[in-house]
Amino acid sequence: MAANPMTQFNVYRIGPEIKVGAFDISFTNASLFMIISSVAILLIFNLGSKKNSLLPNKIQLLAELSYTFVSKMISDTAGSKAKPYFAFIFSLFMFVLFCNMFGMIPYTFTVTSHIIVTFVLAAFIFIGVTVIGFMKHGLGYLKLFVPSGVPAVLLPLIVVIEIISYLSRPVSLSVRLFANMMAGHTMMKVFGGFVISLGIVGGWLPLSFSVALTGLEILVAFLQAYVFAILTCIYLNDALNLHH
Amino acid sequence: MIKKIYFQSIFFSFLFSMEAFSAESGGMPQLNPEFWISQIFWLTLTFGILYLVLSKLILPKISANLESRKSQILENIEAAEKQREDSETKLKDYEEIISKSRLDAKTIFNQAREKALKDINAKREVLDKQIDDEIIKAEQEIKILRENAPDKINKIAIETSSELVQKLIGAEINNSSISAIVDDLSRRNGEKYYGN
Repeated sequence: MAANPMTQFNVYRIGPEIKVGAFDISFTNASLFMIISSVAILLIFNLGSKKNSLLPNKIQLLAELSYTFVSKMISDTAGSKAKPYFAFIFSLFMFVLFCNMFGMIPYTFTVTSHIIVTFVLAAFIFIGVTVIGFMKHGLGYLKLFVPSGVPAVLLPLIVVIEIISYLSRPVSLSVRLFANMMAGHTMMKVFGGFVISLGIVGGWLPLSFSVALTGLEILVAFLQAYVFAILTCIYLNDALNLHH
Repeated sequence: MIKKIYFQSIFFSFLFSMEAFSAESGGMPQLNPEFWISQIFWLTLTFGILYLVLSKLILPKISANLESRKSQILENIEAAEKQREDSETKLKDYEEIISKSRLDAKTIFNQAREKALKDINAKREVLDKQIDDEIIKAEQEIKILRENAPDKINKIAIETSSELVQKLIGAEINNSSISAIVDDLSRRNGEKYYGN
């Protein structure tokens, strides 16, 4: 049955099996769409930065608007100290956005609908932010878990809660993106399946729903990329500025 | 509302997919670790290259473009501001010149008017004097004439009356007696005519 809504998430090998030691690093459809997204980003931003005209053309405007959008997002949430991490957050935002958006094209594969991908990104962010926090503040970074103005009686409980919430950051960050993408695509597939099964008579209702969902999913694709990037900024802000 | 529908439909779609899984083998492909290592490897590779190229090559260029545009716009704004100031000072100068020339024109006009008035007055005075002179002259002439008139009239009257008498009577009459009568008459009439 082709209507199984989960088959779209299948990862399959393209080309030969590549093994390094015990690890299988074969080129898959996931790898393909990672490369397509990256190449698309690089192409657009390379074109957008090639010519420096006073009156930008469309692609240059796009690149520059994205640049100012991300840089404003970072300076608003993490302040001026986060400037060295601008390139990383920009790449992150663009990568997630493009992966999400390429996933919206029929018959494509959504890289960000896989927990392993989002979790690797989130774990990298988590480790990086923690390292930055300890490098900036030393052991003083642990003050993050001790909010000021809390009665001493509640302090042990609060500290435990804070530590748990801190440690759950990569999980929540990765699962949010992965679940949103997976749920949206599954739902679209389900409604697409309804269109087929109800045929020309009753298929119009799920079809119209599917059309509406497509719009919603494009919004979600952008929104989740934005949320992913802005949460990274917030975590970075905690590490850089340390005021709770 | 939309959110509720959205999440409900997600829930139902999950139910639906669960059924589908039970019908087929497998489950969520995401939880199948077969290609995890591959995905981690390719993600690291592609994202690493993306980050490197963006941070080293493309983003500095965009930032430089933005900076140069900003500075150019600032320069243009400065130049425009300067030109505006220039034009303002020029406008001020122009207004000053205008008001000054207006004042000049006023003074010139006043001067010209005064001069003209003076000229007119002078000419009038001269004319008045001339007229007065003429009037005085004429009056004098009139006076002389008036003074001489009674004598002449009397003479004529004496002559005519003597001729008349001679024609009427046919005899010479003493001129002195006639002139006495004429004088007497003319004195009486003269008072009537001349009043002086």
